[in-house]
Amino acid sequence: MFKEFKKGVFAENPVLILLLGLCPTLAISVNVVNAIGMGVAATFVLVCSNALVSAVGRFIPAKIRIPCYIVIIATFVTVVEMVMGAYTPKLNEALGIFIPLIVVNCIILGRAEAFASRNGIVASILDGLGMGLGFSAALTTIALIREALGSGTFLGIRITGYFSPEGIISPASVMIMAPGAFVVIALIIGVLNWRRERRLRKPV
Amino acid sequence: MSYILLFISIVLINNFVLAKFLGLCPFIGVSKRRHEALGMGYAVIFVMAMASAATWVAYHFLLAPTDANLFFRFWGQGKAPADFDFTYLQTIVFILVIATLVQLVEMFLMKMVPPLYKSLGIYLPLITTNCAVLGVALLNIKDFNSLLPTESFLKTVLQGFGGGVGFLLVLFLMSGIRERLERAAIPPALKGVPIAFICAALLALAFMGFVGLTH
Repeated sequence: MFKEFKKGVFAENPVLILLLGLCPTLAISVNVVNAIGMGVAATFVLVCSNALVSAVGRFIPAKIRIPCYIVIIATFVTVVEMVMGAYTPKLNEALGIFIPLIVVNCIILGRAEAFASRNGIVASILDGLGMGLGFSAALTTIALIREALGSGTFLGIRITGYFSPEGIISPASVMIMAPGAFVVIALIIGVLNWRRERRLRKPV
Repeated sequence: MSYILLFISIVLINNFVLAKFLGLCPFIGVSKRRHEALGMGYAVIFVMAMASAATWVAYHFLLAPTDANLFFRFWGQGKAPADFDFTYLQTIVFILVIATLVQLVEMFLMKMVPPLYKSLGIYLPLITTNCAVLGVALLNIKDFNSLLPTESFLKTVLQGFGGGVGFLLVLFLMSGIRERLERAAIPPALKGVPIAFICAALLALAFMGFVGLTH
């Protein structure tokens, strides 16, 4: 059982290994707070939709299953939208259209189709939790790098500028703009590839 | 004039892929060959323009609390339009409209224009889950909802069409680059997707130069 949970975080990380859900990852990773908010929202939808799809999956005719999954996912996304609009309006505004866009996040539809429709409820919930956590972890890592280099802060607290008014490294605002996002994710995937290759080469 | 500016801004400055991060999955997935990129790009232009129009109609006649709301027209005696505010259903309605529309377009093309279906057909199912399509529908409501109906409809369709054109442009440029990259000497760890992302970063940097166009 624990295996289902673990694989989403490491071996089958949805963002860095399977390359799913790239749009929110790159758009939201401007700072750590947004990244965590997005991660929690997506994980909630993922767990709930996985559970429901696994519970009612066998009553859905195979031909119309994809539209049915989309409606299930869209329902939970609407729940998230309403809750965030009511309790965390600031975060809701910062995430903007990327909250409703969780509907078309390929991770969620992908897990519903590839895992939840064929497995039991408990396994599906664990799979959803693991995948959600993997998504959040990747998102937060990218956000950490971009926030530190781009605005010189961590969770909104300044981390540069201790030695001189401008700091030793002044923040490069390009990192919080589009090119920074592409470069950071490219290098992270590159490092993972490099490590995997080294591990494969070792036994020889 | 404002329409031309809107078009230029949506194609070059606020490009959907490079500035707004929408539609990245097909941008990385279908940009390996130039002819594939063109096929996908045309299909996206088509669907984005039509989806913009269709979601506008659904929003204004079914969801928004205005005089035009059909529920208010038929069952609204003695009530205010505000009683018929269904905007909270926006996400569900939009994704259903888009999914149905894509299915309809696919069936229509298969029956009426087989050659076009042959070139676009395989890309159409992928487009339902392309976040650029749902994204443009949501952005249209956010950007143009306060305008008068005619202007907001025209701008909505233009934003959908322009968004598609911008997507095609970037996808085509990217596929050209990636065809060249295949024969380049790249560190093995960066081969494939990572180097594509680095090229996307350079493209995004270059597209940031277009910001000056509107000033």
